Amino acid sequence: MSTNGNGLSGNGNTTPVEASISAESEGGSAVSGKIAPPPGQLKKSDFVSDQEVRWCPGCGDYAILNNVQKVMPELGVPREKIVFVSGIGCSSRFPYYMNTYGFHSIHGRAPAVATGIKCANPDLSVWVITGDGDALSIGGNHFMHAIRRNLDINYILFNNRIYGLTKGQYSPTSEFGKKTKSSPMGAVDYPINPLSLAIASESTFVARSIDIDVKHLGTVVEAAAKHKGISFIEVYQNCNIFNDHAFDSFAERSVRTDRVLYLEHGKPMIYGKDRNKAIRMNGAHPEVVTIGENGITENDLLVHDIYLQDPSVAFMLARMEQPDFPQPVGIFRAVERPSYEELMVDQIEAAIAKVGPGSLEKLINSGDTWVVQ
Amino acid sequence: MSTVIEPPVEQPEKNLEEVEAVTIRFAGDSGDGMQLTGTQFTNTSAVVGNDISTLPDFPAEIRAPAGSLPGVSGFQLNFSSQDIKTPGDQPSVLVAMNPAALKVNLPDLEEGGTLIINTDGFTPENLKYANYASNPLEDGSLAGYRVHKLPVTTLNMNALKGNVTLSRKEIDRSKNFFALGVLYWLYDRPMENTLHWITSKFGKNPELAKANEIALRTGYNFADTTEIFTTHYTIKKAKITPGKYRKITGNEATAIGFVAASQLANRPLFYGSYPITPASDILHELARHKSFGVKTFQAEDEIAAVCAAIGASFAGQIGLTGTSGPGVALKQEAIGLAVMTELPLVIINVQRGGPSTGLPTKTEQADLFQAVWGRNGECPAIVIAPSTPADCFAMAIEAVRLAFKYMSPVFYLSDGYLANGAEPWAIPEISDLPKIEVKFASDPANFMPYSRDPETLARPYAIPGTPGLEHRIGGIEKQHITGNVNYDPENHHLMVKLRQEKIDRVANDIPAVEVFGENTGKVLVLGWGSTYGSISTAVEKLQSEGKSVSAAHLRYLNPFPKNLGEVLAGFETVIVPEMNLGQLCTMIRAKYLVDAIAFSKVKGRPFQIREIVRKVEEYL
Repeated sequence: MSTNGNGLSGNGNTTPVEASISAESEGGSAVSGKIAPPPGQLKKSDFVSDQEVRWCPGCGDYAILNNVQKVMPELGVPREKIVFVSGIGCSSRFPYYMNTYGFHSIHGRAPAVATGIKCANPDLSVWVITGDGDALSIGGNHFMHAIRRNLDINYILFNNRIYGLTKGQYSPTSEFGKKTKSSPMGAVDYPINPLSLAIASESTFVARSIDIDVKHLGTVVEAAAKHKGISFIEVYQNCNIFNDHAFDSFAERSVRTDRVLYLEHGKPMIYGKDRNKAIRMNGAHPEVVTIGENGITENDLLVHDIYLQDPSVAFMLARMEQPDFPQPVGIFRAVERPSYEELMVDQIEAAIAKVGPGSLEKLINSGDTWVVQ
Repeated sequence: MSTVIEPPVEQPEKNLEEVEAVTIRFAGDSGDGMQLTGTQFTNTSAVVGNDISTLPDFPAEIRAPAGSLPGVSGFQLNFSSQDIKTPGDQPSVLVAMNPAALKVNLPDLEEGGTLIINTDGFTPENLKYANYASNPLEDGSLAGYRVHKLPVTTLNMNALKGNVTLSRKEIDRSKNFFALGVLYWLYDRPMENTLHWITSKFGKNPELAKANEIALRTGYNFADTTEIFTTHYTIKKAKITPGKYRKITGNEATAIGFVAASQLANRPLFYGSYPITPASDILHELARHKSFGVKTFQAEDEIAAVCAAIGASFAGQIGLTGTSGPGVALKQEAIGLAVMTELPLVIINVQRGGPSTGLPTKTEQADLFQAVWGRNGECPAIVIAPSTPADCFAMAIEAVRLAFKYMSPVFYLSDGYLANGAEPWAIPEISDLPKIEVKFASDPANFMPYSRDPETLARPYAIPGTPGLEHRIGGIEKQHITGNVNYDPENHHLMVKLRQEKIDRVANDIPAVEVFGENTGKVLVLGWGSTYGSISTAVEKLQSEGKSVSAAHLRYLNPFPKNLGEVLAGFETVIVPEMNLGQLCTMIRAKYLVDAIAFSKVKGRPFQIREIVRKVEEYL
């Protein structure tokens, strides 16, 4: 090729590279090459791509991938109508491992790419996979706006409270004072709470789960998929290389029952292996109580209602944290509101109903026109 | 209407003189309605058959303090009985509504030119705002001009007071129509066109409609009867090829050009954009065309705008994003993603003065390097540029055609001058417009995401929803053919070359650059983009004097047309006028080893014809 060292291309007289174009590919391909069975007959294996998964052994991402692949056949959506979109980071490799359409985009921008995909074809089931750095640091702006627009997309944030792919710097969700390679004396950044932010951004569906709580994660992902409008899930995900045991204080199997509050719609907020710990409101504040002590009965407890239009309770729950409170997981909020792409299509249909389908002839002949004889 | 001042029975005799062309500039406060006045005068002039070309010049501030120098808004119009391609080098007539407007614009007025001044605007306060130590209307400093002093505000108030139920302030706002009426008489224009416009624009507010109509008619009749004017002028119809015409600005032509492209490709248009001067009007225009299935997405920022457009392209629609230079700077990483994923994408850059925020409302051509080279890595994209407001329509269609055929981002470089400037556009026949073919892959048996068309090197376009073609793309280097993530050194080298060659091969698919004049000679003036009007008029003038000068204008900047090297070789000297420090010139020198001469003007204003004439004369 006659590129002459200045970046300018040759003058059409390039040496073609056809020779190599017909070269056989090596190994597998990024394509399935097979038409999937109809939705009712899809199996988990139909969603496993032929790509070798390259996360570190023991990474929490494996559990999440496995769960999502398992849930996919339950959704009743044809495989070719599913698109996974991601940004940059360990979790963002996710689309390569799903045998669906996939787009591994650039850092922080997955919600924006997904917005274009969903607007262009509202028929698609669109999933955004992101991490705490991708979503809350470089992509903070898109996080807020994709959520407030209420696009009908599913948005899963893998929160490991660390930068993994860049080898261990503190993230926007790292705890204050965290010592990392980029904060040897401790981080002086105050962390952000993803659920608080999602609720403040008017998210119509907000949920949280834990990578190793396989069954719970599956039900949350399925509920998110079925919600019409934005579905935001924070998944606590362990990075066993750079931030191991980050969630052990409540997520570890031996303590989980006592330190995790499983939110269930219509049920009082009770937890603990003896099912006697609970949350009640004391004035404007939540408090932990023990059923049977000081005359506390189930009637005194806060009952979970995911359909509350007012986000205050969901916000309050999102702020509850170990060790003062149990760590709440489950669906915090699920309210209905027309979705962005639906409203966009409605306006197009309304315009067509009013003036008919656009006529190019009329369009170019509009404005200030005159005829020269 | 009973309220209109009727001309007296005995009219003074007035001369009607024929002139070939007039360049008029309307100037006032940004709240004085000068853009509107200029636009109305332009529309009427076009409708009566003159050739027209306009240049609005407005401040970046929406309402700078009234009477201040930064708040001056101007609109220049050249109308003629001859073929014209520019808004004129210098106004021969200046309408100044206040001292600041006079101060800012007087240096441009030709010697002995006509000044029409609203004397009511020349209050001591306004004179102070404009830094006038003494009143120029009284101190003799305007002796070299033909000055017509009109108390426009007072005359307008007298005409409207008692006839409309509007406040003083509201009445004053119609004074621009009074001034327009005066000019309609002075240049022998009919009022009908503007009267129709007033009715349709202010139909819902009959008092405002009435006020503007009375102002216009009174201004006209006042000019007819007053002794201030003894002569008025007429400009014959221009000899224009018969057909139907429309007055169009570059931004309008751009917007409807992309709607047309969507219709021709039979694919819906998705426009992701974040408001920015001078590109916002494209968003406004496209948002009005929902009946064409156009989806406009006002994004949270420039990055989201381009990323959403890329998403729409991935899903099979025409992904389009539009902005100005600062916005492109933000979008470049995503444009690199579109290069890597080999998706169609069109980026409109309505260039403005830079760097940084620069001169938001002024024109410049300094983003050529940014378009050709402004991304990380070896990251080639197609770059094209319309040359006139009307050409914006054709090039919009061309941008979409190339984006889909080559699965590549295409930069469409307009600028502030093209965007806001207007000219007559010969409305095309739909059947004459090119078809745009969009081919989607559908056969799972032979599908490989990064296999290539042997002729164009484009990869197949497989959109979500197609059974059996599920595949993954992204910004990491792709393995040739399979599209798998791949870090192999040989593969990377091959892919870098393939992406470049794909763009190089576009040269086989674009028209040769035409030479205006002889194919060999002393001087070739080479331009691109909005300098077309000034360059071609200057070269035409020199040719008519028998000078050995030709012109060539590039609408394709990456890759260049195949014959460009040959064209350059035919001339002793190549001069490249650009509104930058010589970006095209540098590319030409690097690629063709030609000792081309950069002729730079980076003042936020287009080239004057005579500036180019003078420059060329240095080399003859």
